[in-house]
Amino acid sequence: MLTVRLATPPVSWRLRPRLVAVGLTLFVLVFLLFCLGMTIGDVPLGLSDVLSGLAGVGDAGAAYIVQDLRMPRALTGLLAGLAFGASGAVFQTITRNPLASPDMIGINAGAATAVVAGIGVGFGGGLGTTTLGLFGGLATGLLVYALAWRRGTTGYRILLVGIGIYAMCTSLTDYLLSRAQITDAQASIGWLVGNLANRGWENVVPLALSLAVLFPVVLGLARWMGTLQLGDEVAAGLGTPVQPVRLGLLLAGAGLVAFATASAGPIAFVALTAPQIAQRLARLSAPPIVTSALTGAVIVLGSDILARVVVELPVGIVTGALGAPILLWLLARANRSGG
Amino acid sequence: MTSDAPSLRVEQLRVAYDDRVVIDGLDLDIPPGRITAIVGANACGKSTLLRTLARLITPRAGTVHLDGRSIHDLPTRQVAQRLGILPQSPVTPEGMTVADLVSRGRAPHQTWWRQWSTSDEEAVRDALLATTMIDLAERPVDQLSGGQRQRAWIAMAVAQGTPVLLLDEPTTYLDLAHQIDVLDLVVDLNRLEGRTVVMVLHDLPQACRYADHVIAMKAGKIVASGRPSEVITEELVELVFGVRCQVAPDPVSGTPMVIPIGRHHPGPA
Repeated sequence: MLTVRLATPPVSWRLRPRLVAVGLTLFVLVFLLFCLGMTIGDVPLGLSDVLSGLAGVGDAGAAYIVQDLRMPRALTGLLAGLAFGASGAVFQTITRNPLASPDMIGINAGAATAVVAGIGVGFGGGLGTTTLGLFGGLATGLLVYALAWRRGTTGYRILLVGIGIYAMCTSLTDYLLSRAQITDAQASIGWLVGNLANRGWENVVPLALSLAVLFPVVLGLARWMGTLQLGDEVAAGLGTPVQPVRLGLLLAGAGLVAFATASAGPIAFVALTAPQIAQRLARLSAPPIVTSALTGAVIVLGSDILARVVVELPVGIVTGALGAPILLWLLARANRSGG
Repeated sequence: MTSDAPSLRVEQLRVAYDDRVVIDGLDLDIPPGRITAIVGANACGKSTLLRTLARLITPRAGTVHLDGRSIHDLPTRQVAQRLGILPQSPVTPEGMTVADLVSRGRAPHQTWWRQWSTSDEEAVRDALLATTMIDLAERPVDQLSGGQRQRAWIAMAVAQGTPVLLLDEPTTYLDLAHQIDVLDLVVDLNRLEGRTVVMVLHDLPQACRYADHVIAMKAGKIVASGRPSEVITEELVELVFGVRCQVAPDPVSGTPMVIPIGRHHPGPA
């Protein structure tokens, strides 16, 4: 544990060397995968072409391919991964439960229901999808919080209510799909599995703005996550405004997921697994936010590369295939320690 | 740290869960610098009273005054600098070390930009020393014995550095040796550091031996309060717990010792 202190202004911090090392390694890995992803496409490029294209030097054709054609996809994956990872860390900490990630308590599912309903009534595509996904995700987050409220909320109740909402949203989506025109259903499914193909700047900009606003909010409230982790009563005894902090974190976390889902679709399992992996890499008792976000970006970018190298698959299928065993392992562990 | 004597006072308190009134019209003055034990049968409202004192429960009517001001009007962070609470059987996050847990007791003194000042560091070290947990500081709390785990949690409350410390059944689920260990530690905190302690206890003889002041509750009301030797009588125990008993002086401490009679031992006439 490293201590950083200044006498004036009275600033003091504690740094965990391992956490810093893990964070820096992941940061480098994210950048590498970000560049590597942009080498793949109809015109294969080398890593050096991508780097010079990013910098805007060298061959004009390569620069055009990198900056205008491939960057939106890579950035959408990067930002969505950051958002999913960070929001998973938030939800798992405020509910004190590794299973209570936004994709398990219905936030992604709510966004999906809104989008599919939108496509069904002809309000789909581009901006329509983004707005609906956003609205659906946030509304579901608020609904979970409101239904879990009984003289305050507890993490356990949020998880149970969330699983119920998740089931409801999923069956509603299935119902809408079964009644939809075949073309609408196909368009919906393409989005529902989580897809980074054909992303444009209109997918990147709202997500980037939301991260710029919500990530600092989450980091600002993160100090209280350290006390919330000890349970509501202990946290309150330590001067934590438990309900306002939890509502703030829940809304910020739901906002991150909603924006990311709106841009990239409900990519499965990233919000669930990234924080758990980050926590184990850093050897901490709770998922660290920045490291979880970086891990999320590694998973999404890595899965997207894998999906395109093997066959042209939507990224959500790969994250799902990789994430399911991790979920089973978590469940088995939770069972062994008695919940 | 705790030289300014805190005052904790309750006036006309009324606490209810939904429609069920648990405490009604309760007045109370906690003697500063002393150990107070709240005793009573199950569901008599003793834990509810302690949690209301710690502003974990908002009363329907009446006020808890901390240093002359209503605890419900004070910013919660300011309360947390004067009053600490250790709830019953807290759950430790998996893998958290003792030092990490105890450090979190400093939260009410920290800001976003000042997260580990020299006074934080000293308070945590002092708490680990006072609870003799310093050698176990780097161990995960979930791998310790029940008694050590409870000491670690008490260390967290000690690191909070509050003049008032509220403990909800600190000896629950501990074996006899660890119960005595924890209660001796409470006395140390009171005698050596001058902290005002209020604790809910199940065991009457232990309450008599370790507390300077006993509050006996029944059905949400205080039926007696004062020095254990003056308060704990055979009549009171029968009234509060519904148990016939004999009270004899504790051969070790001289404080009242309650010996229940039961159905199968008629006892002396």
